[in-house]
Amino acid sequence: MTGSGSPHPWLGPDEAAPVALTVNGTALEVRVPPRRTLADALRDAGCTSVRLGCEHGVCGTCTILLDGSAVRSCLMLAVQGQGHHIETVESLAGGDGLGPLQQAFDDNDALQCGFCTPGFLMLIESLMRSEPGAGEERVREVVSSNLCRCTGGGPVVAAAQQALASNRDGR
Amino acid sequence: MKPAPFAYAAAGTLDEAVELLGEAGEDAKLLAGGQSLLPLLSFRLARPSHIVDIGAVEDLDSIHEDHGQLRVGALVRHATLEQADLHGPWRALKEAASLIGHLPIRVRGTLGGSLAHADPAGELGVVAAALDAEIVLRSVRGLRTVPAGAFFLAPLMTAADADEVLVEARFPAPGDGFRSVFEEFSPRAGDFAYASVAAGCRMADDGSAHDVRLALGSVGPTPLRAREAEEALSGSMLDDAAIVEGARLAAAGCDPAAGDWHAGGEYRRALVANLVERALRRLRQPA
Repeated sequence: MTGSGSPHPWLGPDEAAPVALTVNGTALEVRVPPRRTLADALRDAGCTSVRLGCEHGVCGTCTILLDGSAVRSCLMLAVQGQGHHIETVESLAGGDGLGPLQQAFDDNDALQCGFCTPGFLMLIESLMRSEPGAGEERVREVVSSNLCRCTGGGPVVAAAQQALASNRDGR
Repeated sequence: MKPAPFAYAAAGTLDEAVELLGEAGEDAKLLAGGQSLLPLLSFRLARPSHIVDIGAVEDLDSIHEDHGQLRVGALVRHATLEQADLHGPWRALKEAASLIGHLPIRVRGTLGGSLAHADPAGELGVVAAALDAEIVLRSVRGLRTVPAGAFFLAPLMTAADADEVLVEARFPAPGDGFRSVFEEFSPRAGDFAYASVAAGCRMADDGSAHDVRLALGSVGPTPLRAREAEEALSGSMLDDAAIVEGARLAAAGCDPAAGDWHAGGEYRRALVANLVERALRRLRQPA
């Protein structure tokens, strides 16, 4: 095969390529074959707050921030992460415990088993950054992206609203 | 599940992309935002031998007007389209983009990916059909354009050949006073629509509607134009009687067959009538 750009453009199915990521502000190089998803690569690298629910982009549990916006890490190949900034729940905690969004989840009983919680936290974190003035209707619409089988979702909406409000008051 | 093994190459330029795709053969797939391809890979409904990643190809992510026509690059993300300054004739495009999947999907998903995936529920295909978009395809053999009406062949099947890259959608210059809107129904925000409608028309100074366009989604194997309804409505004042008759004709002319276990055929037909009515009422309001 002859590619015009680089001399060996193809990465074989079993060949692992180095992928340079920035995870929570720290440079991280992972070596992955092309079919590995970003979610799997992050978990293998020790970032186990990233949870896999459905593995095909329906449940939202694997939501992370990519360059500051919420994306589903099971719907990206790890190789697509090359050069991008990734944030996970590990970045939310303050120096001495929970961050304000996490605290709002605690205050509102917005988690029971906790499996889906990291995905919700990153989804709402992205909303707080891009739309700090989001009202209840918008919160409900955005939060409907992710599934929670324990709480029914109401407490998650309440937690998001509390976090947005305290953010507006200057947290 | 995990995707089956494939070879992978990332293209830096469009020339490189078409060359890589050309040499990869019939079983290759293009990857842009990946919001439709990754689920297919994970289900192993798609098992491509090669994947060409065009996510980093430059100059495919712009939206600009060129002699009245709107040109939207294949890598324009739904979230970008949703927030773009699009109104009047292009409003349907912006409204449709805001209804695609959920926020994280719109952050990654692209116009080119949505059109090439050709899901009959895909919002952008319905807008492309309504506005008579031209789909621009590139391969090592050159450039060609295919009208939206001939691009969508069947569910998940298009007129693009295996070695062609969808590079752009061109929306032709509309007449003065043309406007468009988009309406859909889904049981929850972000779900696949049970039915959708892209509608457009040119409003004359006397309040009569001309060049009426109605395209329907999720009620046939491809986006469908409701030609009979369009003809009946063209020249009308979009009064209540004309709107009700147009909605009836659109519903009668679509083909949801028996529907599926989400929504039966008759229910989808009823939704079409309702959505067409809603869209036409919005079109007749002053801009």
